Amino acid sequence: MIVRFLWVGIMAGILAGLPAAAIQHFTTTPLIIAAENYEGDAPAESHAGLHLNGMSVQTELGKGILLAHAGGDHSHDSVWAPENGWERTFFTSVSTVVTTIGYALMLLAVMFLAKSRITPRTGLIWGIAGFTVAGLAPALGLSPELPGSAAADLMARQLWWGMTAVATGAGLWLIFQTSKGWSIVAGIVLLALPHLIGAPHPDELSSGVPSEIAAHFAASALVVHAITWALVGASVGLLWQRNTPSDA
Amino acid sequence: MNTIASSSSQVSTSVNPRVLALTMFILGAGIVFLTGFAHSTTLHNAAHDSRHSMSFPCH
Repeated sequence: MIVRFLWVGIMAGILAGLPAAAIQHFTTTPLIIAAENYEGDAPAESHAGLHLNGMSVQTELGKGILLAHAGGDHSHDSVWAPENGWERTFFTSVSTVVTTIGYALMLLAVMFLAKSRITPRTGLIWGIAGFTVAGLAPALGLSPELPGSAAADLMARQLWWGMTAVATGAGLWLIFQTSKGWSIVAGIVLLALPHLIGAPHPDELSSGVPSEIAAHFAASALVVHAITWALVGASVGLLWQRNTPSDA
Repeated sequence: MNTIASSSSQVSTSVNPRVLALTMFILGAGIVFLTGFAHSTTLHNAAHDSRHSMSFPCH
């Protein structure tokens, strides 16, 4: 059982992650690299620069804004980063595939706990729920951001992102799985709660990246994310079905 | 009697499916934490474009 679970999770992650990485390569990654070009021209030169933990961070003093970056082109840094070109593409692809393996294991576990039938069709539906949890709900507060975008403290954003994903997942479960009067009300409250609390945002919005690129990226990242989750869900269902023992 | 004996032996040899599923969920979440959230600069730099593309808070 453990072997079957791990096998399906890992193989589904690879099956979904490889095309997802290819789509990223042609859609979102060029926009990230374009943004880094503007980042070099950002008004950061006129502000105090400092090095924190190996990452170049430019601060606009007194305004609480961080225009931070740690892209792959900091050859002067002692900290390793993949070189632009095939090395960067390779590590981005590996990261995406490893992430989809994580998503596949979580999705499979949740479908299993829900006692759902696990087929490509149900996997796709659960994958859409996964996209709602990890893509749509956090994006309402923190839109997918490019390097160089003005942003609040990283830890605060990560906490809000994680809290939103957990609350949205729990909310969807209460609405669609528990599905009783009280649980539907509680579920709707959980779905709304992170947005009532509000995502952390910087005091002032400023970015060296043209808004057209940022807008194009936010839309592209959401679409690619949706495709990724659909692929994860369908792959989990397909491989679980194919690996069903004949006596089950 | 036979039924009781066989079911108890099944319980002792197989992993509780719920525990297994929860363990796999935590494993998956741990993997996503490493690629999407960990503050290690090396991990961040390797996963940089992936983090942005998958809408994780980055930088």
